[in-house]
Amino acid sequence: RGDRGGTPEGHRGGSGDVMDPPSGAGLGGADPQLQRFIEVETQKQRFQQLVHQMTELCWEKCMDKPGPKLDSRAETCFVNCVERFIDTSQFILNRLEQTQKSKSAFSESLSD
Amino acid sequence: SEGMESGFGSDFGSGGGGGGKLDPGLIMEQVKVQIAVANAQELLQRMTDKCFRKCIGKPGGSLDNSEQVRAGGATGNPRPPRSGRPLRLCVLQKCIAMCMDRYMDSWNTVSRAYNSRLQRERANM
Repeated sequence: RGDRGGTPEGHRGGSGDVMDPPSGAGLGGADPQLQRFIEVETQKQRFQQLVHQMTELCWEKCMDKPGPKLDSRAETCFVNCVERFIDTSQFILNRLEQTQKSKSAFSESLSD
Repeated sequence: SEGMESGFGSDFGSGGGGGGKLDPGLIMEQVKVQIAVANAQELLQRMTDKCFRKCIGKPGGSLDNSEQVRAGGATGNPRPPRSGRPLRLCVLQKCIAMCMDRYMDSWNTVSRAYNSRLQRERANM
C-alpha cells in the first residue's frame, strides 16, 4: 500500500508521525499519576487537533453545497480524504528520514 | 476509563508530592475542562469560517442585507418574497444552520475515520 521505508510506525516517539504514541518523559516530575495524565491528555489533544485540521481540509474537497444531510458520496469522500491525508503524512515523514539518512543535502533530494 | 480513579477527588493531596495544598485530582479536572473549552473554540472558529464562506456572498450592512452565495459561487439576491416578510434573513439563517449541522456531521465522520485508521495501524504492528 505504499512505501513504509522499513521503519516501524508508532515506535519512534516524538518524531511527529500522526501514528506516534506520546512520550511523557520529563513532564509531570516524579508524580506518575500526573505523568500518565499528561501523556493521555496530550495524546487526546493530538488526535483532536488532527481531526480539526482534516475536517477543514476535507471540507474544501468534499463539501460542495451543504444540504439537509451528509450524503453518502460526501461521506465517502471524507473517509477517503482522511486515509489519503494520513498516507501523505507518513510518506513525507518516511522520505524525509531516508533523505537525511543518506546524508545528501536536502536541496539535492528535491530535484529527484 | 482512563485509569485515574485513585486519588481522584476522594483523597485530597494524597496523590501529590506532599502537602494538601495542590490537589492533583482537582488540577487534572480543571485541565480537562480547559482542554474541552479550547476544543470547542477551535471547532467554532473553523465552523464559522467555513459557513461564512458557504453562505455569505457580498456582505451587506447587516446579515439580512447580505447577499447569499448562489450555486457556482455567484452572488445575488433570491427571488423577492410575495409577502412583506424579509426572505433574505430566513434564507441566510437556514443556510448557516444547515452548514453548521453538516460541519458537525463532517467532523464526526473524520473523527471516526481517523480512529478506525489508528486502530488498524495498531493492529498491524
